[in-house]
Amino acid sequence: MERIPILKMGDMLLVTIQVDMHDRLAMTLQDDLTSRIVKDRARGVLIDISALDIVDSFIGRMISNTAAMARILDARTVLVGMQPAVAITLVELGLTLHGVRTALNVEKGVQLLKQTAE
Amino acid sequence: MSMATTGHLAKILTDNQDVLLEGWLGGMLSRMVRRDKVAEGEIRQQAGRFIQLVVKAVEKDPTYDFEASAWTEVRHLLAEMSAARVRQGFTPTETATFIFSLKEPLFTQLRTYLAGDQAALAAEVTETGTLFDRMGLYTVEEYQRSRESVIMRQQQELLELSTPVVQLWKDVLALPLIGTLDSARTQVVMENLLQKIIETGASIAIIDITGVPTVDTLVAQHLLKTVAAARLMGADCIISGIRPQIAQTIVHLGVNLEDVTTKATLADAFLVALKRVGATVVRAETAF
Repeated sequence: MERIPILKMGDMLLVTIQVDMHDRLAMTLQDDLTSRIVKDRARGVLIDISALDIVDSFIGRMISNTAAMARILDARTVLVGMQPAVAITLVELGLTLHGVRTALNVEKGVQLLKQTAE
Repeated sequence: MSMATTGHLAKILTDNQDVLLEGWLGGMLSRMVRRDKVAEGEIRQQAGRFIQLVVKAVEKDPTYDFEASAWTEVRHLLAEMSAARVRQGFTPTETATFIFSLKEPLFTQLRTYLAGDQAALAAEVTETGTLFDRMGLYTVEEYQRSRESVIMRQQQELLELSTPVVQLWKDVLALPLIGTLDSARTQVVMENLLQKIIETGASIAIIDITGVPTVDTLVAQHLLKTVAAARLMGADCIISGIRPQIAQTIVHLGVNLEDVTTKATLADAFLVALKRVGATVVRAETAF
């Protein structure tokens, strides 16, 4: 079955979404991510969506839910690399992903996670 | 439409081309106050070409049906001429005069040519008159169309000119908004800002609304949307240039700006932005 890889970098998990997300894939990612946070004792999660051109309301909600779940498991989530068109669409849909922190790219996302860890 | 009269026009146009052209040009130039705009030679050339094309069209289509395919070339010439005159600043009347001033010398010729046959003359004058009216109206229509496209283009340019995104510092962008914000403009503003954030990798954008005359709920909502979109991409926004009256309006309208950093002046916002990106500004020591 198709899965989105989750990479471990120190106490951080890096998820780079490079294929179009469909709902089943999103749910699998949620399951995988939560179990990996516990297994690897991760303190931070970085979700890179720079390759995504389309984010629908389901994926948007999935991302904010995942962030909330990670928070309960004591890991901070940073969403990076959102395209302008995606940002405009999400705002028009009324999904401002409250509670999810964002950064322009992976580099800045890592910085942000390190800052909060200190 | 009686077929007896058709054919006269083509013959008169061909036979008396030079006389007609002189009469026409004379009428046109005497009526045109602003003679400098189009050189006389150019008008002469256009007029000559017009007569040739009309002769060709009348021969192909003796029913004088201006919408028919035989008249395509004539229509094309008139459209081209109208578009050129819009750019040169002619009025619609001046543009239509080009067609209408040919009527007079043409009717004179018709009268001489059909002097013996009053019925044919009347019919021919009516038909030719109708045809030239159609052409005149078409010219004005084309003039209008060209003018509208010019206005559209200017609107587009104005839209782009009035929403510049400037980089104030490494990682700091500023968006000085000028004029009324409506939905179409906000869309352009948002797209420009987000694109520039990607290009420069900026982490802070200052939206300066000093030049925005009024802020109603819709404008405030547009601003909040822009701020939210920038935040989704990982950039913070500061709204600056809020005048006292606008602050009052915002509160009276019940718009919630609590999640957004706001400053009264662009200078204040810039200082906050510098602090956030880790830069400090110190006054240089001057030696006395």
